[in-house]
Amino acid sequence: MDDPNTKKTALYNDHAALGGKIIPFAGYWMPVQYPTGIMAEHRRVRSTVGIFDVSHMGEFEFHGPEAEKFLNYLTINDVTKLTVGQVQYSAMCYPDGGMVDDLLVYRFADHYLMVVNAANLPKDRDWVLQHLPKQGVEFKDVSDDITLLAIQGPRSLEMLKPIITPDLEPLQYYHFFQGKVAGMDAIISRTGYTGELGYEIYLQRRHSKNLWDQLFAVGKRYDLEPIGLGARDTLRLEMKYCLYGNDIDATTNPLEADLGWITKLNKGDFIGRDAIMKSKAAGLTRKLVGFEVLDRSVPRHGYPIIKDGKAVGVTTSGNHSVMLGKGIGMGYVPTQSSAIGTELELDLRGSHHPIKIVATPFYNPPKN
Amino acid sequence: MNVPADLLYTKDHEWAKIEGDTVTIGITEYAQGELGDIVFVELPKKGADVSQGKSFGTIEAVKAVSDLFAPMSGKISEINSTLESAPEKINNSPFGDGWMVKIKMSDPGEKKNLLSAADYGKLISKE
Repeated sequence: MDDPNTKKTALYNDHAALGGKIIPFAGYWMPVQYPTGIMAEHRRVRSTVGIFDVSHMGEFEFHGPEAEKFLNYLTINDVTKLTVGQVQYSAMCYPDGGMVDDLLVYRFADHYLMVVNAANLPKDRDWVLQHLPKQGVEFKDVSDDITLLAIQGPRSLEMLKPIITPDLEPLQYYHFFQGKVAGMDAIISRTGYTGELGYEIYLQRRHSKNLWDQLFAVGKRYDLEPIGLGARDTLRLEMKYCLYGNDIDATTNPLEADLGWITKLNKGDFIGRDAIMKSKAAGLTRKLVGFEVLDRSVPRHGYPIIKDGKAVGVTTSGNHSVMLGKGIGMGYVPTQSSAIGTELELDLRGSHHPIKIVATPFYNPPKN
Repeated sequence: MNVPADLLYTKDHEWAKIEGDTVTIGITEYAQGELGDIVFVELPKKGADVSQGKSFGTIEAVKAVSDLFAPMSGKISEINSTLESAPEKINNSPFGDGWMVKIKMSDPGEKKNLLSAADYGKLISKE
């Protein structure tokens, strides 16, 4: 049943005109794929460049003298380590160490921007507001004003460089600047969810159509194609990037999810710290690993992982890897069975299939 | 959309071609289009019994996994083993090289439960 409250991004009509198959996702009508199909879109991003409308993502601004302190308490990474123009991958946790959401924090000269998952937006906003101090921090949910486009692929720099000021080339991974794209004010960020060289552009919603058309004009010589949510998922899976709701949620703590690298237990107090420290001290009982399937079957979310005939874990993501030509997936397994090379089995609707834990990312894009 | 007139169809988008007591089974062009890139098909072994309307295998596309439902009851007499290494044949030629199994049908009377090409064409024009 179609929910009448489902929103449209500013580019909804463009996706439809391109033949996009539109589905409701996280409260928005979003293109899941275009006529070339998920595998061709996936290869497009890995070979030249693709463009994603990810305007459904949520954006929160934090202003005021206490913004840094507040964000450092709210998120698990160390906000104080950010320099102006830098981006940080992080998460918010519940007091029990379960995850509210994973997110990005941008540090501007005079404020911070937090980018959250669309599916979690109302929950995240409530969570932030619930903890917001009475003074010193001004919170603004600017999600509805912002269009977010991701331009990803080995040719993305070449494609964007001529229409962006200042020069895009020196921009480092997980850094951003405020500049102009085709004459329009934008935030240009070297981030993405594909593992490829790539950029994300935040701009005011009213400029969406103009930018979209200009990007297709400059992208033509690089065979730029629109990419839907389907390929976004297969691309992130090849990198073992977590998807909230699949691989991480309120029942997983960040250490189990292999996100220890963003969990700064020594930075001072933050929500969830005590519980995470306790789970670490007690020894983690399970770990999120990457595996490949040793026959031709295809893993999906929620399949039991079997050892010696018994279910010991569960898959959280899985699909056919377009680049590797075999089934790959992620899942939680007991710590003692989590070493690379460990062979286990997958229960696919009753039949057992061999899998092996492998090093990740599953696919390594050639160095640019 | 191609809906060959000489085939019978299920509402789950399988086709059946009846020649004597042998039924060749596959999925329709509409179904392969909805599924998108097909990467794996799990088919029963030769000699297995299948029942009309019941699942006889699964088909994995990048997008999702789906059940395959038997259009007729009978015993599997042949499987298209080339699909093991080239499942994309189902995308490229759903009514031809992409056929999946042949069965020896056990009850020709079950034909009455299948859709004609005209009725199937109407069904997919509504979806």
